[in-house]
Amino acid sequence: MKLKAPECVFSSAGFCPGCGHGLASRLVGETAEELNIVEKLVTVVDVACCSFNIDYWNFDTIMAAHGRDIPTAVGVKHVRPGCPVLAYMGDGAAYSIGMAETIHAALRNDPVTVIVINNSVFGMTGGQMAPTTLPGERTATSPKGKDPARYGTLSGVELLKGMDIAYLARAELVGVGGMAKAKRYIKKALEHQLNGDGFSLVELLSPCPTNLNLPPVKAKQFVHEEMTKYFPLGEFIDKGGDK
Amino acid sequence: MSKVKLNIARCKGCGYCVDECPKQAISFTGRISEKGYDTIQVDDEKCIACGSCYRVCPDSVFEILV
Repeated sequence: MKLKAPECVFSSAGFCPGCGHGLASRLVGETAEELNIVEKLVTVVDVACCSFNIDYWNFDTIMAAHGRDIPTAVGVKHVRPGCPVLAYMGDGAAYSIGMAETIHAALRNDPVTVIVINNSVFGMTGGQMAPTTLPGERTATSPKGKDPARYGTLSGVELLKGMDIAYLARAELVGVGGMAKAKRYIKKALEHQLNGDGFSLVELLSPCPTNLNLPPVKAKQFVHEEMTKYFPLGEFIDKGGDK
Repeated sequence: MSKVKLNIARCKGCGYCVDECPKQAISFTGRISEKGYDTIQVDDEKCIACGSCYRVCPDSVFEILV
C-alpha cells in the first residue's frame, strides 16, 4: 500500500524528538484529506507546544489566547457556519486554564471539534506538575512525585461523560494500533461536526520525552502502561449516528 | 527497487520506527544528521513495506512506495 505524508502537512516542525504533536498533526492532515475539507477547515491552535502547528500544517489557522481556543473556534463557527472548525490544544489549555471554556462549550453543545493532547505535564514551560499528572509522577515542581493525598488527578473525559454532546473519545498516540484508533476517532469527530451533531472532543494521550526525562521509546511505554491506567481509552459518547 | 523512500533531513532519531518495525528492518546508522540527531536506515531485504514506520513516525520521514 502506498503511503505518503499528506500534502497539507508540509514540514517537520520544531517539536522535540518523539513528541506526539507531530503524530497528531499528521493524523489531522490525513483525515482532512480523506474528508476532502482541506480548503474549508479552519483550525484554532492554542498557546504552548501545539502552536508550532501554525508552521506545520497548511490550513487557515488562528492562534487564540491561552486556554481560549474553544470560544475562538465557536466564534469562527458562528461567522463561517459552512466551515468545519477544529480547536487543537494541550491538556494545560483544555483542563487547566481553559477548563471553564471546555465545560461550557460542552454544556452549550457548540458544533466544533476539539482535539486535546494530554501529555500529563505542562510541556512548553518546562514540565511542571499539571492537573493531569499521575499520582507519584516526578515533574519539575513535584521532584518527590505528585502526592495523591494533596493533589488529585483530573480526567477531563470523565468530567464530560455525563454531558449531552455528540462525540467523546480517548486514544493513545502509541504504536500502529493506537495510531489507527486515534485516526478513526478524529475522523468520526469531524464527521459529527459536518453532520451538525454538536460538540465533539477527542483526547489523545501523547508521549513527552523531554519533560518526562525519558528516551522517546520509554516515554511511549510510559503512556501505554502508566497513563492508560488513569485515563482509560475508548469511545464514550457517540450520538447522532449516520445521517 | 527500494520499497521505502526516506526524507532523512526530517529525522530526529526518536527510534519509534526501530521499535515498531515487525521485521527489525530499521536500525540506527550512527551518523549524525545536519540537525544533530542519530538517524536511521532501512534494510530493503528485510522490509515488507507494511507501513508501520510511516504510521508511527512523528516527523513524516517515510514514504512507502509499493
